[in-house]
Amino acid sequence: MTISAERPVDVEASVPPANVEASKGRAGDWLSQHIGTAIICGFLGYILGHWLGNYIGNTYGNIANSGQNSIAVTLALLFMVIGWLLGIGALNYPLAKMIGRQPKGEVEYTGWSRYFRYNLDHKVVGIQYVVAVLGFFFTGGLLAMAIRTELLNPTVHVFAADTYIKIVSEHGTIMMMMASSVVVGPLGNYFVPLMIGSRRMAFPRIEAFSLWTFVAGYFVIFSALFFGGFPTGWTGYAPLQTQAGPGMISYLFGFAVISVGMMTAGFNLAVTIINYRAPGMTWSRVPVFVWSMIATAALLTLASPVLFAAGTFGILDRTAQTAFYVAEHGGSSYLWENLFWFFGHPEVYIMALPGFGIVGEIIPVFCRKPLFAYRIAAAGMIGVSLLSFFVWQHHIFQSGIDPDMRPLFMLTTELISIPTGFIFLVGMGTLYKARIRYEVPMLFCMAVYFNFLLGGVSGVFLSDVPVNVTVHGGFFVLSHFHYTIMGGLIFAFFGGLYFWLPKMTGRTTNKKLGLWHFWTMFVFFNLTFFPMFVIGLLGQPRRVFTYAKNLQGLNDFSSVSAFCLGASFLIFVANLMWSQFIAPEKSPSNPWDSLGLEWQTATPIPAYNFERIPVIMTDPYHYSEVGAPVLADFGNAPPVHAASAATDSTDPDQ
Amino acid sequence: MTPESSMGSEENHFRRIVIIWVVLSIAGDLLFWFLVGPHIPPGRMTSSAKDDQLDFNILMVIGLPVVIGVFEWLAYAGIKWNARNKDTPESVGGPRAAGNKRAEVSWIVITSVVVIFLAGFGTVELYVGSGSGGGEGPNPILQPAGAVQAETAALAGTGTWSPNSNEVLPVQVIGQQWKFTYRYPTFGGFESSDLILPVNTVIAFNVTSLDVIHSFWAYQLEVKADANPQINNVAFTRTEQLGSFEVRCGELCGIWHGAMFNPGHVVSQSAFMTWATSTESKNAANTKILPPFAWTYVPDANGADGGYYPDNVVPYSPVEVYGSKQPS
Amino acid sequence: MSKGGRLATVLGLFLVVVGLVVWAVASLLNPGVPGGVVNFTNSQAAGQPVQLTVQTVGSIGFGAHPSWVSYLVKNPTTGKWVHDTSWELPAHTVIDMTVYQYDSGSPLRNQEWGQVQGTIGDTATLNGTSFSVFNSNTGNGVGHTFAIPTLNVSVPMVGVSGNPCAVAPCHFDSPHNIEKFSFKTPGPGSYNWQCFVPCALGYLYGNGGAMSTQNYMGGELEVVSQS
Repeated sequence: MTISAERPVDVEASVPPANVEASKGRAGDWLSQHIGTAIICGFLGYILGHWLGNYIGNTYGNIANSGQNSIAVTLALLFMVIGWLLGIGALNYPLAKMIGRQPKGEVEYTGWSRYFRYNLDHKVVGIQYVVAVLGFFFTGGLLAMAIRTELLNPTVHVFAADTYIKIVSEHGTIMMMMASSVVVGPLGNYFVPLMIGSRRMAFPRIEAFSLWTFVAGYFVIFSALFFGGFPTGWTGYAPLQTQAGPGMISYLFGFAVISVGMMTAGFNLAVTIINYRAPGMTWSRVPVFVWSMIATAALLTLASPVLFAAGTFGILDRTAQTAFYVAEHGGSSYLWENLFWFFGHPEVYIMALPGFGIVGEIIPVFCRKPLFAYRIAAAGMIGVSLLSFFVWQHHIFQSGIDPDMRPLFMLTTELISIPTGFIFLVGMGTLYKARIRYEVPMLFCMAVYFNFLLGGVSGVFLSDVPVNVTVHGGFFVLSHFHYTIMGGLIFAFFGGLYFWLPKMTGRTTNKKLGLWHFWTMFVFFNLTFFPMFVIGLLGQPRRVFTYAKNLQGLNDFSSVSAFCLGASFLIFVANLMWSQFIAPEKSPSNPWDSLGLEWQTATPIPAYNFERIPVIMTDPYHYSEVGAPVLADFGNAPPVHAASAATDSTDPDQ
Repeated sequence: MTPESSMGSEENHFRRIVIIWVVLSIAGDLLFWFLVGPHIPPGRMTSSAKDDQLDFNILMVIGLPVVIGVFEWLAYAGIKWNARNKDTPESVGGPRAAGNKRAEVSWIVITSVVVIFLAGFGTVELYVGSGSGGGEGPNPILQPAGAVQAETAALAGTGTWSPNSNEVLPVQVIGQQWKFTYRYPTFGGFESSDLILPVNTVIAFNVTSLDVIHSFWAYQLEVKADANPQINNVAFTRTEQLGSFEVRCGELCGIWHGAMFNPGHVVSQSAFMTWATSTESKNAANTKILPPFAWTYVPDANGADGGYYPDNVVPYSPVEVYGSKQPS
Repeated sequence: MSKGGRLATVLGLFLVVVGLVVWAVASLLNPGVPGGVVNFTNSQAAGQPVQLTVQTVGSIGFGAHPSWVSYLVKNPTTGKWVHDTSWELPAHTVIDMTVYQYDSGSPLRNQEWGQVQGTIGDTATLNGTSFSVFNSNTGNGVGHTFAIPTLNVSVPMVGVSGNPCAVAPCHFDSPHNIEKFSFKTPGPGSYNWQCFVPCALGYLYGNGGAMSTQNYMGGELEVVSQS
């Protein structure tokens, strides 16, 4: 869509600078920059790096002795990622600016080829993220199926011990890397500008860069399987990581790449939310999803650099023979533990907060009631975000840390459960005397409350230092974090996806398949992970391929349920494929009759989101309120009234 | 619906929920405390096991009403306030629905009080239990009586232990890839793959590693302490019942992490004395070749182990070189 | 594209993905378990001791990792040396083990493993002479150990000097030590075994590489009931 010179001057006309002409491109233009060129340049970079690493390192003693060259792998992956980013065109603008040249204008593409290119429209980036995130998720999920297969029997081993530990490590790492962006990437990038009444993100190039970096990170992590895997689990404890084979570099470097993606995505979101809110959108009118996004963005921006540093030290230990983490030469294994968990704890709140935001956003729509205690919801999220930096040593209570710290971190960890609990107050209050419509997104949100409750309460057990002696390092803590991350975040992600897909693609999802997906996923998720609390209490450690014979019954129950849980995702895939590609049905513009600003746009959403930047007059939660104020002034468009209890969204007079 | 009857039904809902919640919580707590509580792992074999079992049960008794409350609310909402139900009245919006100062303040106060109580209770348990079986690092602050004395003597090589003496027994746990071994400094520092302990004794576990991070997790003893290279991680407990227990490695340490487990036994003090003295003499030849007892050992990085660092680089802090260059 | 065409494309892509997954899983199902197990259960009559012969070699270019040390086992049926550390043994049977040790040695990281443990009589023979403790600080040190941690079996393999064998599998002409010992298998189950000498060259603490990979310095004993 070309920029029309006759467009009326608007409050915030975000027209690209006049000296950079946007030109149109042809969809089938194979010689332009797209994912194909990214793959080719990435491959070339890989080869160059590998050769360079061999050239440098082949004479080093430890490389000659072991026969494995971590330097080659590091450089190969580094150049692969750089090549990938060059190939997709993500570095064109900054490179041109750096050498003082006029950057070539970005070519605008329409149609399906947009999704395979470096595209500055936040809505396109959001959909690209959906695909990337689902790719990560299903890869990690298949690895989980492999883990549960191995654990069917304590003495019959499907995989060799070294293969099994590789699988466990890869599963954890892929899932954690996916989960850190699973909502921020697709739904945050897509909907935050729409929810705050903006035409664009603050830094569209950085946003697209974060997506392509995220995808590159997937390839880097996945490459571990081709380098012999890594044996440390997703926590990567040193000095086992220094001892491991070259697959460890995929982990360390993959974390570095993903953390760059996280930092950029977070920073972009934070700046957008602070600066690009439409006029009239004061902080008390900001949707609760946006509150969760800014709380998450703060963590993404501030915590990821620590991971980047920790990973870099690990790479240096393995390639340049430094000794950051090696005790004999002056380093310390505790250094990695503390750096990792200093990032690692905010990381898990990066995963929890978006889930809270989604349920807070969706529940009022299906209860037809305002969000109860909105200010407490927002305060809770900010509180969690702030406190999350002060609790990290609860992951290492028994590690031999300074014993004075143990009661201190127990206190801070207990305290963080106060703001975490606020989302329950908000949800329970909204449900009170509502008239609840059980659509698929609502069911997922109710499930989030159910699951996160069990996850959260088990967290209180873990935070208690004496009880921590029983439950740390075993299946109890494993169940705790699966309940919070999968039960909380992933269920919320699917709820959000079912909720917002009709707006993103203009096509409804099949309700019946959605209900089947929900119920099978919910039931089998609980059947898989609840027994693990018991298994953990009975003494089975994590990441083991064998266990006490009397625990086989529980393990088998869990494994079979896990297989069924995996199968439930096939229902989702079938729904997605059928309703979005094979036999799509057009969705009305506001099928859930939501008051949210993002729903007050046409479907499909025009490239610049809003004809005119709206002037916001109130918050979007005035459901079932007689005489409620109008949400926003859209200029020439008819004003949007607060919805009544009736849900007829096609009636223009409503 | 007239205001009076809607006012009445508003009271009804909340009151009904609270009554059901109180009944279910009391029933749940009582059932748990008396039926399940005494059997909560890891049992009652040591003082830390007893303490941590009590702590777990207190947490459960407080947590159950929370879980029951939220589940009940969800179920009540699901059944009573369901749009499919024809009798469900329309939702009412407005400021009354958007907030309720009393509810909000009560929630904040109650959750804060509960949570701070739990933090305090946990701290008290930690103090009373001398660390409750968890690893306190090389400088533990919560030590049972006699521990400092026994540990100092052990390092100096003058430590002794005998039945009915109420002395603390120091035991060193050495983690290496992929087996735990145990050294008894009060019996000449012999090393053994068997972990035998006397009953009714305070044990000071000194956990260290020769390579990567492991974790000494004696399940029924309720002791968990990570084994780090060149760090002595100390954990205490008092054995109170005879029986067997299982030691498992609790921190991923490589390919055979899952296979790193061994049984242990708590036996009578005299049986322990017999075992210790006979093993001391049986292993005397090998003990002479072992390095002198120390809290940590620096593995000789040069030698059969391949040398990750170039051969001529001396370890940073050779406290005790474990391997080559032994005193003859 | 028509609806039928779209359905066909999606199904086609799905099958491609399934194929990739099957290929990936098949390649992860490693040799060692179950496919690559060396079977000793039929090598002799039930109740008779099983003869298990292995050799330990230095970093001399065998298999996918030319610079890794390794165990090799003599297949009882074919008599050939195989690069496999998963051995199927009968339960409750005496195993007479012979080790041809072709590698050099060094002092042990933990001299505890210099003691012979868990064998019948708690002794082993070294070139015919019985011993129960070997001081790894003397002589050529210890090259490798054979240990079954969960059964408390551990035997040190004394190192050799002179010109070590250059190509695996090694033959008698190269300097070697012969050690023999016996142990009894317990009931059916899977018991891992490993070397306790950190002999993976070029890895921190010497426990990466060969020590951390199946079929080199560690493996599984699959003990099964003999019908």
